[in-house]
Amino acid sequence: MKFKSVFDIIGPVMIGPSSSHTAGAARIGRVARDLFGRQPKWAKIHLYGSFAETYKGHSTDVAIIGGLLDYDTFDERIKTAFEEAEKLGMSYEFIPETGNVDHPNTARIVIGDEKSEMSMMGISIGGGKIEITELNGFPLRLSGNHPAILVVHDDRSGCIANVANCLYKYDINIGHMEVSRKERGDMALMVIEVDQTVDQEVMGELRELPNITQVTRIAD
Amino acid sequence: MDVLFRNVRELVERAEKEGKLISEIMIEQEMLITDRSREDIMQQMERNLTVMEEAVEKGLKGVHSVSGLTGGDAVLLQKYMQQGNSLSGDLLLDAVSKAVATNEVNAAMGTICATPTAGSAGVVPGTLFAVKNKLNPTREQMIRYLFTSGAFGFVVANNASISGAAGGCQAEVGSAAAMASAAIIEMAGGTPQQSSEAFAITLKNMLGLVCDPVAGLVEVPCVKRNAMGASNAVVAADMALAGVTSRIPCDEVISAMFEIGQAMPSAFRETAKGGLAATPTGKWLESKIFGGSVVGSGQ
Repeated sequence: MKFKSVFDIIGPVMIGPSSSHTAGAARIGRVARDLFGRQPKWAKIHLYGSFAETYKGHSTDVAIIGGLLDYDTFDERIKTAFEEAEKLGMSYEFIPETGNVDHPNTARIVIGDEKSEMSMMGISIGGGKIEITELNGFPLRLSGNHPAILVVHDDRSGCIANVANCLYKYDINIGHMEVSRKERGDMALMVIEVDQTVDQEVMGELRELPNITQVTRIAD
Repeated sequence: MDVLFRNVRELVERAEKEGKLISEIMIEQEMLITDRSREDIMQQMERNLTVMEEAVEKGLKGVHSVSGLTGGDAVLLQKYMQQGNSLSGDLLLDAVSKAVATNEVNAAMGTICATPTAGSAGVVPGTLFAVKNKLNPTREQMIRYLFTSGAFGFVVANNASISGAAGGCQAEVGSAAAMASAAIIEMAGGTPQQSSEAFAITLKNMLGLVCDPVAGLVEVPCVKRNAMGASNAVVAADMALAGVTSRIPCDEVISAMFEIGQAMPSAFRETAKGGLAATPTGKWLESKIFGGSVVGSGQ
């Protein structure tokens, strides 16, 4: 079931005009910001399907930038997100695409700064709900509904067991987990949706584990 | 995932077997799934109710969208009602004006609560605050109205769609109107089965409705579709309370809605390429609003 809570239906509280094209877009932007872990300096946003056709009318562009500035769906500052981005020195570009994608409301967000860059694909499935379908070329499914952690690691035996053991130690239950890798022995990614909040202490311990490159937390 | 209901039949059966309201089943399921307390869940829903109340109040004072396409109609309707000559009756027009008020606020980038989406956010509060004047519910009953709406919306969202881009306007305003209709029944003291009948009757009459927003804005025809969604909901509720039933069961109507949405060409699914958006006036409005310049794109 994609929609789990009654508040997926009666909610979110948000700045108009569209739950999928404004609130959902803001959420996609915000997850990208969370995953990047800091304010990006630049953003290239590719829009597909209905997003590409109607983004101006729905303020999808303003909302995604708002999300990249860490604003929630009901944050009044969404309306002036372009100005705020300029103040922070973040450049941005919107590229409407004509290619076919599986879902009509799809955005690919490429963000970065002088240190690194990141690419993420998100879809807005209705009523403000989103899913993250790809990260840096890794296909994944992330509902954004539960706290989740993303672990970038080397494809070595024991990595997954170590992470699971660490979560177990802190009594954190795994609700959904996916592992993918580019090639055998190469970079791999764990996506773990959990039922409890993962605090700084746990994050720190995960980062200390062998063969772990990066650990990112996404709050619900 | 353990849930108390996956479709309307299970929802109604459980409510009737346990002698509970549909809103109660929804609250219990939310507690089960999210592991949150009843108090916590009720408080969150009351906050949503307050947002809806404030949006209606704001809209009734008169707002206008940036594009200038919508705004001020809620005020016109309220003034007209006060003259006392309305043909369709005060409750119906009140629901219509409050639905319009909410969507006018939404179009003006105001704060609203999506029910189930922003484009269809007017129907549930519009009917609620109109029916309220007739039924004098407690605050808790008003909160329960939202849980009953949510229970039906939950089924539609998981078994069909509540997205205009996926299923057309029938999935948004159609779902919202049907949800509201079911909630009116509970507030009016009808049975869970009657809620299901009202839902089916409403949705049947919204089937096939396309999503064709002029200039891609959630304004034309969205605001007026919320108005008609609200009136559909109230009339269908009256029909179900009178004992009228739907020959096609509720869950099958939802499946039909999904299938129709799947078969709908993309021009009619929120791409602003067909229907009213593609009329000469629709096109003219689009060019007038966006012109040759690029609005809202940065660098």
